[in-house]
Amino acid sequence: MKSLPSRTEEIELHLLLEAIYLRYHHDFRGYSVASLKRRLTQARQHFGCETFSQLQDRVLRDEGMVSRLLPYLTVQVSEMFRDPSYFRALREKVIPHLRTYPSLKVWIAGCSQGEELYSMVILFREEGLENRTIFYATDINSTALAAAEAGVYDLDRIALFTANHQKSGGKGSLSDHFTTGYGRAVIDKSLRQRVVFSDHSLASDAVFAEAHLVSCRNVLIYFTRPLQDRAVGLFQDSLVRRGFLGLGSKESLRFSEHAGDFEEFDRKERIYQRSADR
Amino acid sequence: MIAEESINESAVVIGASVGAIGALSAILPALPAGYPLPVLVVVHIPPDRDTGLPALFAARCALPVKEAEDKEPVRPGTIYFAPPNYHLLVEPDFTFALSVDDPVMYSRPALDVLFESAADAYGNGLCGVVLTGASADGARGLRAVAAAGGRALVQTPETAEGEIMPRAALDACPLARALDLGDIARELIQLPSST
Repeated sequence: MKSLPSRTEEIELHLLLEAIYLRYHHDFRGYSVASLKRRLTQARQHFGCETFSQLQDRVLRDEGMVSRLLPYLTVQVSEMFRDPSYFRALREKVIPHLRTYPSLKVWIAGCSQGEELYSMVILFREEGLENRTIFYATDINSTALAAAEAGVYDLDRIALFTANHQKSGGKGSLSDHFTTGYGRAVIDKSLRQRVVFSDHSLASDAVFAEAHLVSCRNVLIYFTRPLQDRAVGLFQDSLVRRGFLGLGSKESLRFSEHAGDFEEFDRKERIYQRSADR
Repeated sequence: MIAEESINESAVVIGASVGAIGALSAILPALPAGYPLPVLVVVHIPPDRDTGLPALFAARCALPVKEAEDKEPVRPGTIYFAPPNYHLLVEPDFTFALSVDDPVMYSRPALDVLFESAADAYGNGLCGVVLTGASADGARGLRAVAAAGGRALVQTPETAEGEIMPRAALDACPLARALDLGDIARELIQLPSST
């Protein structure tokens, strides 16, 4: 049984999310409570507020506050070629299908600081498809989007990126795609040329592009089931017939109301294909 | 009106690091068939290794054992392991959430993340257990369990392969009881009838 202070805190948390939505139209109301509460607790401590109600008060009255709060609300950290076997499966199983199209659109939803996006662009370049593909990189957090567009990463992360790239069946060296200096690695500018960066919320925005592949990994785990259903519905509507959807290694359409609209293409790697008959 | 407390609002959370398999082997197989509480387990595992803990323990336990899945309801009488490289949390509606948030004290999954969220969900229906390990992960989490009115148990440091984790938990959580593995198992077996 929960204590009264715990219930009160839950109410305050919901009121804070409602305030952020009503005042700034950022919709976090459908996010999983446990993860959000953990990150907002860190934010509350950082901003020196005793309660979520005090944080709410500051968010409502201080215009600049919400942009300082956003980094706590959205997950910032990813890796290039995270879960290398996913990218290997894309390379070996999905790319052969994509080769049959004269032009391609790929949507990386929740791109954070660009790690997943550039993994995808590099993969398509290595497979000779980059020149006929447009990549859409979206995130709810415009600061993360700006970081993604800049494509600058701490040098100490590159070793892991390189190991991941090799395991994913990478051709050539990952370092070919970076310039290094001053403790940082900067992504090759040409990798951005076919990318469109766009502010987009899976919680409130509409269908985006007519994509042959949507990759949205480790984003749905932060959503409640109704919000997951909304997002998957968006992906379904955004995909061409027989288009592909890639999810995170612990995500699944099993509980989704849209499960019947997709076929499992690679169960282990959580790659789905939109059914032909819809 | 406060809702009648039900069996669904009680659980056990267990965390371990170095020496985990030995310690858990003294506890999980001891839980009898028909044990009513869910048991949620976090073990520190290197990110790229899937040690197959659920399969290992499924072969030795009377209870069903599985890896926790995102959005899955927490079921009574089942042992759940956090997946490698994902934090495991419990939602207020007693379903699981997974997270790729930053490691806590270099670990993902972290005891603190599971214990704190489970304390929020279960309140005084929770029993937290910190076993052998080599970091201070779990100390803050166990304190949250005790603060919510739950029970806090710690493996006696002298019997732990890794002393640091139990010592940190005892330091952070004066209400915790230090027990050897056999006594922890007995305590957990008696737990459902003592709440």
